[in-house]
Amino acid sequence: MERKLPKKLNFVLTLLFILFVAFLLYLANEKLDEYVLRVVRLIAIYGVMAVSLNLINGITGIFSLGHAGFILVGAYTSALLTLSPEQKMMSFIIEPIVPWLANVHTDFLTATLAGGALSALFAFLIGWPILRLSGDYLAIASLGFAEVIRIFALNAISITNGPLGLKGIPEYSNIWWCYGWLFVTVIFVASLVNSSYGRALKAIREDRVAAEVMGINVFKHQLISFVVGAFFAGVSGALYAHWLTTIDPRVTTLGPMLTFYVLIMIVLGGLGSISGSLIGAALFAILFEWLRDLEEPFVLFGMRVPGIKGMRTLVISVIFILVMIFWQRGIMGREELTWNNIYRWLKRRGESG
Amino acid sequence: MTFFLQNFFNGIMLGGLYALIAVGYSMVYGILRLINFAHGDVMMMGVYFAYYSAVVFSLNPILSFTVAVLGAAALGFLIDRVAYKPLRKAPRISALITAIGVSFFLENLAVVIFGAIPKSFLDVFKDKSILEKTITVADARIPLLTFLVIIVTFAMFSVLFFVVYKTKIGMAMRAIAADIPTTSLMGVNVDNVIGFTFALGSALAAAGGIMWAMRFPNVHPYMGFVPGLKAFIAAVFGGIGSISGAVLGGILLGMIEIFLAAYFPSVMGYRDAFAFIILITVLLVKPSGLLGKKAIEKV
Repeated sequence: MERKLPKKLNFVLTLLFILFVAFLLYLANEKLDEYVLRVVRLIAIYGVMAVSLNLINGITGIFSLGHAGFILVGAYTSALLTLSPEQKMMSFIIEPIVPWLANVHTDFLTATLAGGALSALFAFLIGWPILRLSGDYLAIASLGFAEVIRIFALNAISITNGPLGLKGIPEYSNIWWCYGWLFVTVIFVASLVNSSYGRALKAIREDRVAAEVMGINVFKHQLISFVVGAFFAGVSGALYAHWLTTIDPRVTTLGPMLTFYVLIMIVLGGLGSISGSLIGAALFAILFEWLRDLEEPFVLFGMRVPGIKGMRTLVISVIFILVMIFWQRGIMGREELTWNNIYRWLKRRGESG
Repeated sequence: MTFFLQNFFNGIMLGGLYALIAVGYSMVYGILRLINFAHGDVMMMGVYFAYYSAVVFSLNPILSFTVAVLGAAALGFLIDRVAYKPLRKAPRISALITAIGVSFFLENLAVVIFGAIPKSFLDVFKDKSILEKTITVADARIPLLTFLVIIVTFAMFSVLFFVVYKTKIGMAMRAIAADIPTTSLMGVNVDNVIGFTFALGSALAAAGGIMWAMRFPNVHPYMGFVPGLKAFIAAVFGGIGSISGAVLGGILLGMIEIFLAAYFPSVMGYRDAFAFIILITVLLVKPSGLLGKKAIEKV
C-alpha cells in the first residue's frame, strides 16, 4: 500500500499551514498584550537557537557546547551596529570605543547578517582545531572556546564595554523578524538535512569510521555543519540582543548557562529532530515563564510560602535529569513531524481501530 | 630572586589545588570514561558545607572542614547512585549530558538553599590573624597559608596513593579501570567500588575547594565552574586516567598561569584563556597527555 502523500498535496498542505501560522501570528500581534507577546517572540528566538544547535549536535553528532559563544558574537556584533554613535559614546565610560566602531550605524537586517557572518567565521576558525578531536574532548574544548570568547568580551573594554555590557539596544526583534528568521532557519536546515550533504552528516553521526570508508570527507562535512549552525546561532544572538535590549558577558546571560538552556530544549524535543527542537524550544519558553510563579509568594494548603529565587531553574534542571534517565529519546526522538508521517500515523490508527 | 620565589610558591599552591580537584576527574574518567561535569560543583557544595557549619553551627574551623569533606564525599556517592548508575549501559554521550544536568542542578540548588549573593569565606575564622602571618624565605615574604596549603595537599596525596596502591579497595579500583566485566566476575561489587571512587574524588575536591576559598574568599554558587574546567584541563594535560598525571598536570598548569601573569601583567585579564589554549594544544599534539597511556582505537 502506498503510504506517501502526492508531492503536490504535500506542498499545498505546507503552504496552507504556513499561511495559517502567519494568520495566527497576525492575530497574536493585534490582540495579545505586550507581556505574552514577548514570550511568543522568545519562542521563535529559542527556536532558532535550538534548531542550529540540533544541526550540530543531533544531526551531525558533534557534541558541541560552544553555542553560547556563537550567540554572544552575534549579539554583540549586531548590537554594536544598531546602536547609534551618540549612544555608544555615552555608554562607553570606562574606555572610549575604538574609532572604527564609533560611527558605524546600520539597519537591523544588515546587523543580523553581520552577526551571523562573524559567528560563522569564528566557527570556521575554531572548527579547524577542535573538529579533529572526538566525543567528550570536543565537548570540553568547545565549551572552553565559548569561555574564551566570553572572557574576551569581558576584557576587550574598548570594543565591548567590558563588564558593563551594552544598554539601550533598540527593540527591533518584533514578531515578524523573529518568525521570519525562524522560517528561514528551518527551511535552510531542513533542506540541508534532506540533501546528499544531510545524508552524509547522518552517516557520520551513526558511524564515523564507516562513513569515512564510504568516501565521505568527514572533516569537510562536519565543518560545513558547524559553520552553518554557528551562522544561525549568530542570527539568534542578534535577535536575542534586540529582544533583551541589554547584554553583558555574565555567566548567566550569554555564558555557559545559555548553552545549557538550549541543550535542554533539544534533549527535551529529541536529539536529531528539527520539529522536536521547535517543540522543545516552545515548551522551554512557556515552562520557564509559567514557573516564574514559583518565585513569587504563593499560598499552599492555607500556608503562605514566600517566593524562592532560583526555584524555576532548579525545577527545570530536575526535569532535565529525569528526561535523561528515563526518556532519552525525548518527545520526537529522531522523527520529524511531516505530513507523510502524520498521514501514516492516521492510517495506522484507522487500520487498528 | 625574591620575586621568583614568591611566584614559585604561589604556583605550587595553585597547582596543588588544581591537582586535588583534577584527581577526581581523572579517577572517574579512568573507570567510567565519563567527564564528571558536576565535579566542580561538588567542590562548590563542599565549600558551602564548610562555610555553614562554621558560621551557622559555629563549629571550629578544623571540625567544620572535616564535616564538609565528609558531606561532599556523601554527595559524590549519592550523585553516582541517582544519576549515573542508571545510565551505565547507555551511550556515553547520554551520561555526559546527564552530568551537565547534574552540574546545572547543583548550581541551582545552591542558589535556592544558600542564595546567589556571594559570601566571604573569611567569616569562618574568628581569629583572622593566622591568615596574615608570613614567613620570610630568602627575603621573600610567603604567607603562612601558602605553606599550610602545600603541606595539606601533600598529606592528602600521600593518603590517596596509599589507598589506591596499597589497599584492597584501591586494587579493585585499578582492576575496574582495566576491565569492568572481568572484575565483576572476580567477585568485586563494581557499583560499590565506583561509588567509593566518586566519594574519594569528591572529598579531595572539597578539601581543595576549602583551601581555594581561603585564598580566594568569594563563595558563590558558580564558583566551581572555572576551577572545575581548569582541573579537567590539568587532568588532560597530565594524561587523563592517571593519578600521578593529574598531580603533574595540576602543578604545571598552576605554575604556567602564575608565571605568565607575573611576567606579563598586561595579559592578566586573559589568564583564564591560557588554560584552554594549553588544552587545545595538548589535545592536538599529544592527546594521551604527559603520563597517559596511548589508547588504540579498535574498529
